[in-house]
Amino acid sequence: MSLKGKSALVTGGARGIGKAIALKLALNGADIIVNDVADIETMKNTVDEIKKLGVGCEALKADVSNESEVKDMVSYILEKYGKIDILINNAGITRDGLLVKMKESDWQLVMDVNLKGVFLCTKSVIRSMMSKRSGCIVNISSVVGITGNPGQANYSASKAGIIGFTKSAAKEVGSKGVRINAVAPGFIYTDMTDSLPEAVKSKFLENIPLGRYGEAEEVADVVLFLCEERSRYITGQTIPVDGGLAL
Amino acid sequence: MYFEKITEIIRDQLGLEDAKIERETSLMKDLEVDSLDAVEVIMKIEDEFDIEIPDEDINAFKNLGDIADYVKNKKEG
Repeated sequence: MSLKGKSALVTGGARGIGKAIALKLALNGADIIVNDVADIETMKNTVDEIKKLGVGCEALKADVSNESEVKDMVSYILEKYGKIDILINNAGITRDGLLVKMKESDWQLVMDVNLKGVFLCTKSVIRSMMSKRSGCIVNISSVVGITGNPGQANYSASKAGIIGFTKSAAKEVGSKGVRINAVAPGFIYTDMTDSLPEAVKSKFLENIPLGRYGEAEEVADVVLFLCEERSRYITGQTIPVDGGLAL
Repeated sequence: MYFEKITEIIRDQLGLEDAKIERETSLMKDLEVDSLDAVEVIMKIEDEFDIEIPDEDINAFKNLGDIADYVKNKKEG
């Protein structure tokens, strides 16, 4: 129970990797606030599953790319729980397409949710973390933010942006006891990756030294480590969890 | 009253119990506070007086007297 008494906000926490992270943190004692824009049923199912682990949990619907919605969400949490010890910036979307055909709106939407969302959520919680001289933020980047990927100019740019953001923010607030790291998942089984064309999926597989796709829980294990005291001397890093795909 | 409270915040925030702090004192020049510490002091002042101080106003502060006058003006109009 390494996270007992801590409260954690997980954006995009109702499904996929975010849900696996929320469950993993809950299993280790943290109270969980799930943020998502999923339907009520999906949010409720995730909350029920987390509560079964014996921790507090509630779901808050808010668009991470909307400043006032993020501010309201964070104010509510701070008022109710008194603190946010852990922020997992996981919310993300794809709008894939070849660069020559990519609509500006698809570029902008992906940048808004994936990168601006990280900025807005981090900015909103950092003040409280700095005051408490303690806090831990993990941003979910992607292996394609390191390697690039055809058809994902918008997504990979947003995920590469997260890596730069993580380094800068870690340098800014390290002296205030706040650590910020990133995890770069490779090809992980989720609803989002399931929708990729078969040809793309099998091409990925050819390039994974460990010879298989990853599981969301394998990403969650690394996120858990980065939230725990035993990673106390690690900040500003991006850790690939990709079976060697980015090598 | 505003200046005294601000002085208290600065001493508390920066651990400067014995430092000489006057209206003419500059946070960054005289107290050698780095930019992040200065922002933290401003954040504490915002919390204490329940006001928001925009960046462009912060940049105009030359010394602690300026900050105290600014807060007084915000609170009392």
